[in-house]
Amino acid sequence: MAISDVKEYTHLTAEEVEQLGRELDAIRREVEESRGDDDAAYINRLIKIQRSLAVAGRVTLFASRFPPAWAAGAAMLGVAKILENMEIGHNVMHGQWDWMNDPEIHSSNWEWDTAQPAEQWKHSHNYIHHQFTNVLGFDNDIGYGILRMAREQKWHPVYLGQPVYNALLATLFQWGVALHDLDLEAIRKREKDPKVLAKQLRQIRRKISRQIGKDYVFFPLLTGLAGPGNIVPTMTANATANLMRNLWSYMIIFCGHFPDGALHFTEEELEDETRAEWYLRQMLGSANFEGGRLLHVMSGSLGYQIEHHLFPDLPSNRYPQISVRVRELAAKYDIPYTTGPLHRQYGQALRTIMKLSLPNRFTSSDQPEPPTPPVDRRRRTDAERPTRMVETGGWSSRAAASTA
Amino acid sequence: MAATKTLTLARRAGARLTTPLHPDDYLSMINPLWSARELRGRIEKVIPETEDAATVVIRPGWGWHYEHRPGQYVGIGVQVDGKFHWRSYSVSTPPKRSGRTIAITVRAMPEGFLSKHLVGGLEPGTIVRLALPAGEFVLPSPPPAKMLMLVGGSGITPVMSMLRTLDRRDTMPDVVVHYSSTTEERMIFRDEIVALAEKHPTLTLHRLHTDHDGMLELADLDRIVPDWRDRETWACGPAPMLDAIEEHWEDASLSDQLHLERFSLKFDGDGGEGGTLTFQNSNKTIEADGATTVLEAGEEAGVGMPYGCRAGICHTCTLTLVEGTVRDLRNGEEYSNPNDRVQTCVTVPVGPCTLAI
Repeated sequence: MAISDVKEYTHLTAEEVEQLGRELDAIRREVEESRGDDDAAYINRLIKIQRSLAVAGRVTLFASRFPPAWAAGAAMLGVAKILENMEIGHNVMHGQWDWMNDPEIHSSNWEWDTAQPAEQWKHSHNYIHHQFTNVLGFDNDIGYGILRMAREQKWHPVYLGQPVYNALLATLFQWGVALHDLDLEAIRKREKDPKVLAKQLRQIRRKISRQIGKDYVFFPLLTGLAGPGNIVPTMTANATANLMRNLWSYMIIFCGHFPDGALHFTEEELEDETRAEWYLRQMLGSANFEGGRLLHVMSGSLGYQIEHHLFPDLPSNRYPQISVRVRELAAKYDIPYTTGPLHRQYGQALRTIMKLSLPNRFTSSDQPEPPTPPVDRRRRTDAERPTRMVETGGWSSRAAASTA
Repeated sequence: MAATKTLTLARRAGARLTTPLHPDDYLSMINPLWSARELRGRIEKVIPETEDAATVVIRPGWGWHYEHRPGQYVGIGVQVDGKFHWRSYSVSTPPKRSGRTIAITVRAMPEGFLSKHLVGGLEPGTIVRLALPAGEFVLPSPPPAKMLMLVGGSGITPVMSMLRTLDRRDTMPDVVVHYSSTTEERMIFRDEIVALAEKHPTLTLHRLHTDHDGMLELADLDRIVPDWRDRETWACGPAPMLDAIEEHWEDASLSDQLHLERFSLKFDGDGGEGGTLTFQNSNKTIEADGATTVLEAGEEAGVGMPYGCRAGICHTCTLTLVEGTVRDLRNGEEYSNPNDRVQTCVTVPVGPCTLAI
């Protein structure tokens, strides 16, 4: 069900919503003020572990012609790539560690080990997705422009192939993400500024050639010095590591907004949305999953998706402690807090993918239907999106002035 | 130079294997100084000079050239409570190409949170960030025949670097040092400077303890250093002292012979017209007037701006200009080419601008 007015949906009064907003602001302030040595030590330690693991994996692959070394090397490299993309790259580029004022761990110049150029990701993810979270037609992360993920999206026979597209998206996830900010739909409709397009394509070409060069040309050749029999196994080990990372990050990311209980919104909700209503939309639109500390680190703390969407730029190592407070608030205000074990959350997302490959009349929904008629899933260009005031948790002075 | 070139080539080749990181990112895991990506240094020792001042000896890492000119300052970034803070301090050691360390001398200011930390709380072994030496308050080569150093308090540090250089080269010209300090105990380098004056007959030292004797009246210069008009003068110390000196030299039409070192930034430019600043990655925008720096405006808009010394020295705050024009407040110079790298702490917008952050 797509919500056009979150206040209405939650049965909270406007004053209660604002009160919730103030309580969340207080949590943000407390965490901001208490950041210090321990937090800095956390990210520095993690980066060290990740780089050591990557080196160990690469060194092991100098013997990749022996199957056990191949397997160990691929596994270490795969885990290193997962850590690098999720808990390190994703969070650094959100600006979670900018407060350290360390130029080497700063969102303005971090580049990650995946096909999408960091600059484009910061636009498509940090800005578009985190601003317009789950708003149909505005948030390009709903199905990544490939999958039909909401009943309100118009069905078309092409969606019958959805299970196949989903499998391909999971396998080739980094390449799908690489093209994400190009906005293929705008290109098809010739609405894209050719200058911007040319620049983006240049960036992507450069990034991809470096990534492919490293994993499939230079590094395999280097291990060939220890025996030419290493060259091909090193290539396949690197491909395996990339595949591990693709499948894992795809699965974790699909658990963020697609399990049952995470809601979609319509553009009416965006009109005159206050900061507190924005918070509420983030809470209603996101879903967590449960697990041990290691699972959370490996998934870039996205098991705390709700907390991440409320405070995208607070250090990820603080999410466990923040989540205790957010759960209390959810209970106090009687707002849903969607969470469950990883397998259940992903199972639900997968079920939605399968179900929505068919027209709505063939599938059931536990929600009243249709609350809003199916909408055109046309993507909006930047110019068509209303000016947003919140981003990565910050709030412009315009909004601050109006609430002060 | 050939070695540097080979190293650069090796790094570039290595980057093919380490992309998107630099080879230095891995090397610095073994030794934090093995990185030229950001200049770094390790604190070797902290030598107390007076009760509230200390000399910090730093061993710089790769990428550092021991070619600073006597009198220049360096930027130093120290992590306190997880956060890097930047300040600039004069290098007090003379430049030595065979050198392994540099030293800065720091006085803990009552309100100076970082200087206190440097003087009192810095453990040997700590890794700090460094910015290359900068500044025009330097000893010319060859030095002029007659010099006057007018120094107050910790303003001695750049002058000490000059004196040590002259001493090391054994080319001490006719130098008069007038050194004011509140008390004798607080006079940094007091033994060394006395020893230098004893060693070199051409070096004359006047010491003034202002708590006891009162401040130097510039009118008294005619008595203390009768030939001050013939001397090229270097002055460094508190801002009111420098203002008075500047005026005195102007009145005597001798501004050409005066070199000043101000530890606080003075803007000479006209400011800008102001304009709307857009921060590309977050699409945040803010209106800034012609007196608000791009850095301050970005912080106001809630963008996590990198910053350093906030005085145009350390380049930590440098960002890429996507479009528009900004003006440098120090000299009025304008930057309007897309991809210009601009120092946000000393520039203001001239019309609408977009920055890559």
